[in-house]
Amino acid sequence: MSVHPTSHSFKDNASRAIADGSVPRALKNVRQNFIDKRVKAVDALPEFEALRESAREIKNHTLAHLDLYLERYEQKVKDSGGHVHFAVDSAEARNIVLDICRKVGARTVTKGKSMISEEIGLNGHLEAAGIVPVETDLGEYIIQLRGETPSHIIAPAVHLTKDQIEKDFRRVHTQLDPNRDLTEKRSLLTEARTMLREKFLAADVGITGANFLIAETGSSVIVTNEGNGDLTQILPRVHIVIASIEKVVPTLEDVSQILRVLARSATGQEMSVYTTFSTGPRRATDVDGPEEYHVVLLDNGRSAMLGTEFQDMLRCIRCAACMNHCPVYHQIGGHAYGWIYPGPMGSVLTPSLIGVDKAGHLPNASTFCGRCESVCPMKIPLPKMMRHWREREFERNLNPAVARYGLGFWAFFAKKPWLYNLSTRVAAKAMKLMGRNKGRFQSLPGLGAWTQYRDFAVPEGETFQAQWKKRAGK
Amino acid sequence: MVEVPPQTCCGQPAFNSGDRRTARDLALQMIEAFERFDYVVVPSGSCGGMIAKHYPELFEDDPGLSVRAQKLAAKTFELVSFLTDVLGIMQVEAKHAGTCTYHDSCSGLRELGIKRQPRQLLGSVEGLEMVELKDSEVCCGFGGTFAVKYGPISDQIVTEKATNVNATGAKTLLAGDLGCLLNIAGKLSRMGSEVEVRHVAEVLADMTDRPAIGKMGAST
Ligand code: SF4
Repeated sequence: MSVHPTSHSFKDNASRAIADGSVPRALKNVRQNFIDKRVKAVDALPEFEALRESAREIKNHTLAHLDLYLERYEQKVKDSGGHVHFAVDSAEARNIVLDICRKVGARTVTKGKSMISEEIGLNGHLEAAGIVPVETDLGEYIIQLRGETPSHIIAPAVHLTKDQIEKDFRRVHTQLDPNRDLTEKRSLLTEARTMLREKFLAADVGITGANFLIAETGSSVIVTNEGNGDLTQILPRVHIVIASIEKVVPTLEDVSQILRVLARSATGQEMSVYTTFSTGPRRATDVDGPEEYHVVLLDNGRSAMLGTEFQDMLRCIRCAACMNHCPVYHQIGGHAYGWIYPGPMGSVLTPSLIGVDKAGHLPNASTFCGRCESVCPMKIPLPKMMRHWREREFERNLNPAVARYGLGFWAFFAKKPWLYNLSTRVAAKAMKLMGRNKGRFQSLPGLGAWTQYRDFAVPEGETFQAQWKKRAGK
Repeated sequence: MVEVPPQTCCGQPAFNSGDRRTARDLALQMIEAFERFDYVVVPSGSCGGMIAKHYPELFEDDPGLSVRAQKLAAKTFELVSFLTDVLGIMQVEAKHAGTCTYHDSCSGLRELGIKRQPRQLLGSVEGLEMVELKDSEVCCGFGGTFAVKYGPISDQIVTEKATNVNATGAKTLLAGDLGCLLNIAGKLSRMGSEVEVRHVAEVLADMTDRPAIGKMGAST
């Protein structure tokens, strides 16, 4: 792990985001858009459910034979003249990339959007070695200007409003006309493109992530909407793909199946604007392409998830539908989760990768509303897996003593129907008396965490079971 | 014939807190109390979901109990779904003057597929006019212990829900889950809203002469 996690202070992070208010405001502007577009795209494709099912099957099959497909992939990359490097953890992956850059004397590195690069903290590592990394995806470019990490896995700057971005551009692009018009979203993109053009040409190495790695052909696949990925991987002398091991799928046909659910789930597009395949370095007959082609395959805790109750998480294709539909994410944004992966997928994945002792809040901070699972194209049972994390915490005594004590106290009663019945009847009567003529409590001993924000309804004085008995006795 | 056997809790709080042992103990207690009936009817979507969806999962590794859990799951229904999907009731004899709006509780909606059933029955209530709630399928922020463990986040979510409820202009908010009802009623009341909150069954059973949730003191 490299980017220093703050998941343990999730509560403070969340409260800060809420108090500041700019993040939920920015998200409010976009979230409905994601949701509406997805519904439209899904409704327009009758076989969407069937495709989901087959996408799930493809990944399940691959994960069951992951070693085999990784070997096959590696062989194919080598056959096409490329190099494959396996990295156990972030540190190893960073060093492999840095080594390659040093060997070719790289000074500037352009980058396509890659969450793995974020996970291993690549930019900081390159900078420390005197190499300039340049993010070329608009969202990544913006957060790089701000020194931030992405707050969303496909829309890294989604926590920012257009006005904030305009300010950043004016602050950094001082060589441009200060009176230029940046009111349109389009003009921001154009300006970023202008700034990036020379970087593309100056770059010695281009680094991209991968949405898929194809075992059958040794290709890597990226989907983008800006075309920046293509320039990143074609123009420089060296192309490095960094990807985690579970990105591999058996065949081209498999990729085309999964692609049909990916863009629809992510942005509501039928296909992303660019779907780009890269296979090995430039061949003698190719008109362009890199001279060297490297793939860095990162494990970083993933292989340890195989065979556990968290294996299903490795089906994830990073479409972000789960966070786009998450009521918790909507209120606090991605940074509150304290590490690279936010929202429901992060709440399952982060504890696997950095340890549940550091990320214990994440699987707990869910209402289990189930909307994430219902939209996940890979049918990943996200709430169920968050519950598994809670079970592990419970087994290891990691949850707060108060919660354990309260639960034990309640369970003691709940296991004895007569006692439970009696005590709920007494409680209902007592609360009725206490709350006489009020109808609601604005504060209640022991329930401060509830009544701080909302009233508590005074019960009618009799439990359902008691009322039923009375009626039956009549 | 309807019977209400001695019972406590379905075990969902323990299940969702990671305490599988207690959850299993309570689930077994429930199975024993209810398996002799033809149908089990539950007035709350989340408890219904617990029995119908999670009990089988809870006993996955125990062949004997898993069969019993599955049998119970198959005959357990949320109240409104029981009325419509099992009994085939398409209208009720009830009166309720005024506009109502409806919150689709998460477990009922996503675990039990309850969406059209309450609307169908409410449509037959004399004098009742339905207005749809914006984002009716979005969680109210209750989530059991979530509401107290992550109070500020829960508050933001329920505030948005209550604001949407107020915006409908409806006189009454209905839902089929007690947790959501308490949560939304508590927030509306704290916001000083006039909207009354009821379980959908109160309207269907023509029992709205009784005070709404949190309004008891006001009329006694
Ligand atoms: S968990 Fe599912 S919905 Fe979330 S990013 Fe992964 S594939 Fe998409």
